[in-house]
Amino acid sequence: MVANLGYGALIITFLICLYGISAAIYGALRKAPAWVDSARNAMLLTWPLVTLTALCIIYLLLTGHYEVEYVAAVTSNSMPFYLKVTALWGGQAGSLIFWSWLMSGFASAVTLRKWDRDREFLPWVVVVALVTLGFFLSLSIFVENPFTRLWISPTGNVVESMLQPAGSMLFTQADGRGLNPLLRHPGMIIHPPMLYLGFVSFTIPFAFAFASLVTGRSDDRWIRVTRRWTLVAWLFLSLGLILGMRWAYDVLGWGGYWGWDPVEVAALLPWLVGTPFLHSVMIQEKRGLLKWWNIILVTMTYASVLFGTLLTRSGVLSSVHAFAQSAIGPLLFGFVSIMSIITLILLIFRGRTLKSEGHMNSMFSREALFLLNNLLFLALFFICAWGVLFPIISEASGLIGQVFPSVAHIFTGQKITVGPVWFESTTGPIWLALLVLMAVAPLSAWGASTAKTLSRAAWKPAVAALVIAGLLFAAGIRSPLALVAFWAIAFVICATLYEFWREAAARHRTHGENLLAAFWLLAGRFRRRYGGLTIHIGVALMAFGVIGIEMFQTETQGMIAKGEQLSLSGFTIQYDDLKLFPTPDGREVARAELSVFKDGKFVTNLYPRRDFYTESQQSMTIPGVRSTLGEDFYVLLVDWQPVSSSGATFKIYHNPMINWLWLGGFVFILGTLVAAWPDREREVETGRVTRRREAVVSA
Amino acid sequence: MKRAIFLLLPIISLVLAGVAVDFASAQTAVPPVITDDQVNAIAHQLYCPVCENIPLDVCPTQACAEWRELIRQKLAAGWTEQQIKDYFVEQYGDRVIGAPPARGLNWLVYVIPPIAIVAGVIVLALVYRAWRRPLPAAKSDGTPADDYLRRMEEELEKSK
Repeated sequence: MVANLGYGALIITFLICLYGISAAIYGALRKAPAWVDSARNAMLLTWPLVTLTALCIIYLLLTGHYEVEYVAAVTSNSMPFYLKVTALWGGQAGSLIFWSWLMSGFASAVTLRKWDRDREFLPWVVVVALVTLGFFLSLSIFVENPFTRLWISPTGNVVESMLQPAGSMLFTQADGRGLNPLLRHPGMIIHPPMLYLGFVSFTIPFAFAFASLVTGRSDDRWIRVTRRWTLVAWLFLSLGLILGMRWAYDVLGWGGYWGWDPVEVAALLPWLVGTPFLHSVMIQEKRGLLKWWNIILVTMTYASVLFGTLLTRSGVLSSVHAFAQSAIGPLLFGFVSIMSIITLILLIFRGRTLKSEGHMNSMFSREALFLLNNLLFLALFFICAWGVLFPIISEASGLIGQVFPSVAHIFTGQKITVGPVWFESTTGPIWLALLVLMAVAPLSAWGASTAKTLSRAAWKPAVAALVIAGLLFAAGIRSPLALVAFWAIAFVICATLYEFWREAAARHRTHGENLLAAFWLLAGRFRRRYGGLTIHIGVALMAFGVIGIEMFQTETQGMIAKGEQLSLSGFTIQYDDLKLFPTPDGREVARAELSVFKDGKFVTNLYPRRDFYTESQQSMTIPGVRSTLGEDFYVLLVDWQPVSSSGATFKIYHNPMINWLWLGGFVFILGTLVAAWPDREREVETGRVTRRREAVVSA
Repeated sequence: MKRAIFLLLPIISLVLAGVAVDFASAQTAVPPVITDDQVNAIAHQLYCPVCENIPLDVCPTQACAEWRELIRQKLAAGWTEQQIKDYFVEQYGDRVIGAPPARGLNWLVYVIPPIAIVAGVIVLALVYRAWRRPLPAAKSDGTPADDYLRRMEEELEKSK
């Protein structure tokens, strides 16, 4: 009954999408505002309907309706309440509904804004939003239906079907298979919604860019309207990525946070093209340059969001995220291609109106350096996309080899792995160059910076960073690569703090405020700039953590008997005991008890463990970690003998500076919030104007 | 005395030979101890042939534990790191190593990124050049009326 209600709501929403698209196009072409308003209302109606669908799934998940295949696949009786709710995005079919729900929510929110000055955009924004939403709904309806039920035929065959096959009965099981253990972690509960929010919200700037193209408006209105949307999208995407890293660090049990797994890279791709977009729009706002380029960038961001979804949801890759596989690839591929091609055609038609209004005066101006930023980010984007795509291409090329045997030795069709070694060596220098650029670019000026003015602004922080690198050398760091990276990180931080100080000091001189008050005032007034610079500091801190773990991580592994010890980097663990016990939620836990000594002194106890989920026959390794700002001491229980006196195998990692990665993440998010925070001053001002107007009217 | 030496020599040599044989057999009977770290150093560069994209040193499956054991046996048998890696490639294909060997189509994986970067630099240089060239009539196109309109719009936005 509830399943039918949910499915019915889904179909009605899809039909409303189709109606909304037609009404919006008709209204726009015929200049009929009533039709456009109707399309807007259709858009607004989708959210409550998709909410109803999502609530139906949640109800089925909570009440254990195991006759529904999705419910049986992702929940079980022993799962706690919150996990049953979050199981909504724990599997393919549910996460597609969740995607649609977020999409319709975001799109509805954007249609509620005041459209006075941009009425011509409205129908086309609605079209893009509804086409995207409609596409995802169609996947749920036709390919990955979350309401499909299990039926048992008179012959005993169990079949999956939405409608009851003749003569069959509902196949109700007493219990489900339960959620993938890897997903039963707080990080994984928040990580996908954040990532999805980032993904879907990038549709909004694209929708406005598309509307701007169709209507032929060549000003930067679409950028100004979507500035905050873009920042919010970027915020969620970044948060999703950082949470994903933390989840990997806590759950995957390999002592790292990023493994260049194709699914990770697929989630990074929109970020790699969204970030240059955020910078590049400023060139258009300030200088009237790069109009067509910004549209290309936002289209690429939108396409890579869909492409990322395609990679992760279609089963075209098989990786640790193997839980999200199905055959929806060709449909997504077709959709992303069609949307990109339409935008490209429009771009070609409108090329003439999108000419730059100004020209560049100097290679060292802010706009020139921003363009360099674009180049570096796009290089990262192409390299990462290539690294993900190549194994698929290599495998698919086998077809050519089969058709033309003469070249079969080249097109072998062999699946290959493009792993961290390749990604790190190809992207490493670019990340480094970006760090240096991040230090220099904020010191440059729009329009008229010259090599002389720029070097005058940059030399002090550069030298300060050099001193810091020298101190690190004196402290015993000898790796040239690490020293260069630390110099670049220190350069970013010094340059940013120097910039803060320079501006606060200038205000202090002219207005006599103390430096802190001046800084606070400036940060409040120029939130976008100060937020951006704070993000830069966050990135530098994160880079510090990354260099720490990438270049200075040490590890060892060994089997020790009870009472014996294993040492690494000044730390020693002593194996005290091992306890094996079942838990009420269906796990068989093996939990080791260790004493940890640093330089011979006892510091803490750690309890690394291995949880075996009997329902799903999967195990999960939970590390025991001692965390300080300077380092993590990270212990994994690799193996143990049933007779515990024989010993257990532990793997130990010493991860210096890793916590700076998470700390930098906080600063990063804080900076984004500052930059995206709504402009209160302006609202106050608007309020004041309104009040004044009212006063005039009443007088 | 000489005779005694002649008599002793074979005995001494026999004893020596015996010791040598004992020593050698002792060496073969007790294989060198291979630590987990030695195994992991190689396993880290290899990818689990079944669970894709997971380095062999951290893969928790039973199959991978057996492959790590295989590495340990090969190391104990005196194989070098390269020999072991080659063995795995031969057995399970190129996918077991993290960076594909540069042959056949795989060349593309190494060649495309630098080409893309160089192409990007060229495009950027062209854009810079185009920008530096003052746009013909770019300023005159921006007639006072246009500027006026833009300012009007800005004012309107401010007062909204």
